[in-house]
Amino acid sequence: MDLRLSARHAAFRDHVLAVLDSNRDKAPTSEHRGLKHPRRLAWQRLLIENGIAARTVPEAYGGFGAPPDILEARIIAEAFASTGLPRPLANQGISMLVPTLLELGTEEQKQTLVRPTLHGEMVWCQGYSEPGSGSDLASLATRAHIDGDDYVINGQKIWTSTAREADMIFCLVRTEADAPKHKGISYLLFSMATPGIEIRPLVDMTGAANFNEVFFTDVRVPRRQIMGAPGEGWAVANATLKHERGMLGDPSATKARFMRLVALMRRETVDGMALMHNPLLRDRLLALQARVFAMQANGLRVTTRQLRNEPAGMPELVVKLQGCELNHEIARLAIDALGELGLLYGDHPQLRDAGEWQQMYMYDLGLIIGGGTAQIQKNIISERGLGLPREPRASGG
Amino acid sequence: MDFALSDDQIAMQASAKRVLERCAPLEAVRKAAARDRGPVNAAAGELAALGVREMLVATDLGGLGLGLLDAAIVQEQCGAAAAPADIIAPSMAVEGLMAAGSRDQQAAWLARVVSGEVRLACAVAERAGARDDAGVRSSASGLSGASVFVLGAADATHVMVADQDGRVHIVAAEGPGVGLRALPAIDEVRVFSRIDLDNARSEALVGENSPGRGVDRMVTVGRLLLAADTLGAAQTMLDRAVAYAQERKQFGRVIGSFQAVKHMCAEMAAELEPCRSLVWHAAHALDEGADEAEVMACLAKAHLAEVGTFIARTATEVHGGMGFTDLLGLHFWFKRIGANRQLLGGPERVRHDAARLQGWV
Repeated sequence: MDLRLSARHAAFRDHVLAVLDSNRDKAPTSEHRGLKHPRRLAWQRLLIENGIAARTVPEAYGGFGAPPDILEARIIAEAFASTGLPRPLANQGISMLVPTLLELGTEEQKQTLVRPTLHGEMVWCQGYSEPGSGSDLASLATRAHIDGDDYVINGQKIWTSTAREADMIFCLVRTEADAPKHKGISYLLFSMATPGIEIRPLVDMTGAANFNEVFFTDVRVPRRQIMGAPGEGWAVANATLKHERGMLGDPSATKARFMRLVALMRRETVDGMALMHNPLLRDRLLALQARVFAMQANGLRVTTRQLRNEPAGMPELVVKLQGCELNHEIARLAIDALGELGLLYGDHPQLRDAGEWQQMYMYDLGLIIGGGTAQIQKNIISERGLGLPREPRASGG
Repeated sequence: MDFALSDDQIAMQASAKRVLERCAPLEAVRKAAARDRGPVNAAAGELAALGVREMLVATDLGGLGLGLLDAAIVQEQCGAAAAPADIIAPSMAVEGLMAAGSRDQQAAWLARVVSGEVRLACAVAERAGARDDAGVRSSASGLSGASVFVLGAADATHVMVADQDGRVHIVAAEGPGVGLRALPAIDEVRVFSRIDLDNARSEALVGENSPGRGVDRMVTVGRLLLAADTLGAAQTMLDRAVAYAQERKQFGRVIGSFQAVKHMCAEMAAELEPCRSLVWHAAHALDEGADEAEVMACLAKAHLAEVGTFIARTATEVHGGMGFTDLLGLHFWFKRIGANRQLLGGPERVRHDAARLQGWV
């Protein structure tokens, strides 16, 4: 066991911190609204040019072109957690679609789609879940039939984040109605400006519409805008979801959140006493700190296993379940520590930390449910991790 | 960066597992609980043959110069087997001697520890919470008072005793004015003792560190190894619950195919897996003298207490009524985890110590 960085990785960490530090004044803030605010795009470009974002994507497709290095990725994540500067864009297009495109896309798709996506100029949304197909995604019913050179799509998607801002959608549709449920799905890429698409914002418990419903009525998409072969969309979708699970449960982000809670509890007073000096709240804080340490150490173990090309095992399987739960628990303690002030929502002089705890407490419940519910995670842990019998599959396996 | 056990550590883990499976099967655990010393001595002998006596002793003092991560790996296997012998007290003693003893005292005592001539018990529980009716005072005429939940006293030749001011003394277990008695405890496999001292002659450790450093190191090391023990014990309970769920049939199906049971098992695994990394990390941090090492040891102790308690209960429940019986012997692990939770401070106390170490109290 040796937790020191090699000279090369230490130099890389210093490089990342130096770039971030010297460009601190260029970082976008909450004032720079909109996914394509010039300041946000410039920040992303700066990060890519310095090898801090899109680091392993080949230069030919608009990335930095470094060889994959798990430890470098970890160093970058920790640098953003420690400096508090805005992270590189990590939307569904960049984090999920681009790796899938690089793995399974045609040369033309890679040439035209990867660069603008990485630079934040082309925003994507994901058309997976449907009202009748949540955890059982493969039962999806949005269908596409062939008419000349086009697919013609009819149906509905739900839980589509950034649908209103998106230029493009990567979308699962049923192209072979008679095939077994996992076999008849295709993976299409098309513009959100295509006629026949209607978007309805879906207001959630935070009061904002973080998600949408998307309706398709006779939407025509050229047949060549498919990733993978017709009927093989399920395998492509699984390649994408593999990347989504990696997005949720970053332990360095959890530690940064925990440290903000520590700061809050040292700063905020009730009856003239810092919340940190309330023994009950402090005990809960320390119980969470133990879990933060545990997930950080688990993250080190996951990284080491990846470095050694060992197959994913229990340490990887528990990250989404435990990481999302822990994030939510940290926000919950912050709300309890704030007491009545934790009820404030919206502009008010007594609002603390710009209301981020209220926001996270609600939004993070969505993350526990989304990306594979906690219950689906427990199925996965018990089946793949512990070898218990699989859930029955209704049809088509 | 490499966060994994070394090849040597993996080999030692396997050896410890193998010898403990051989010398401490369930029948031996039962006999130990009935106060049969045979299996206890057998397990202690096997551990000694692995080199646990000299493990933590520096090479220039005749030891192997290994670290607390190595000790934690062995202790985890003791917990996994619910073994009647362990290395908690011996490890605390070596670390206490190094932190509190003078150079001469270290050399003299550790040589006798390595040879096996001296076996040290540890009477430091009051440092992690002193009761009104316990505590040891030091005066010109010797040590007087009492200490409860002395660890490792069953076959000890000497006891390391912390006095009220944090100084550490060594008394002979059978010396005049020294009385050691086993306490009646729920966990009957291991022996917890009370020591009564009446002007007992002792050798005070007189190293350069300020008083308190030695006893604090002993408590920290003890907490780390108790966490490691619970890790092993909880893993065994989880493994047994999963195996039982794959065998036991009701309604014509193995109960492990019911989601209610699967999710109980998944929750246990999800809680326990990060604990392994936490214990490793805390042990490694102590070996490296890292800034957060003591905090991590406290948090590992507290967190393993919580997760261990959850698993002890849940794994028993997966076994249904059988889990409650003496037949399966699961209760030995249940009781061990419960004892580890309280020894050297329950989770609330240990979290308070972690807060204090960070200046949050």
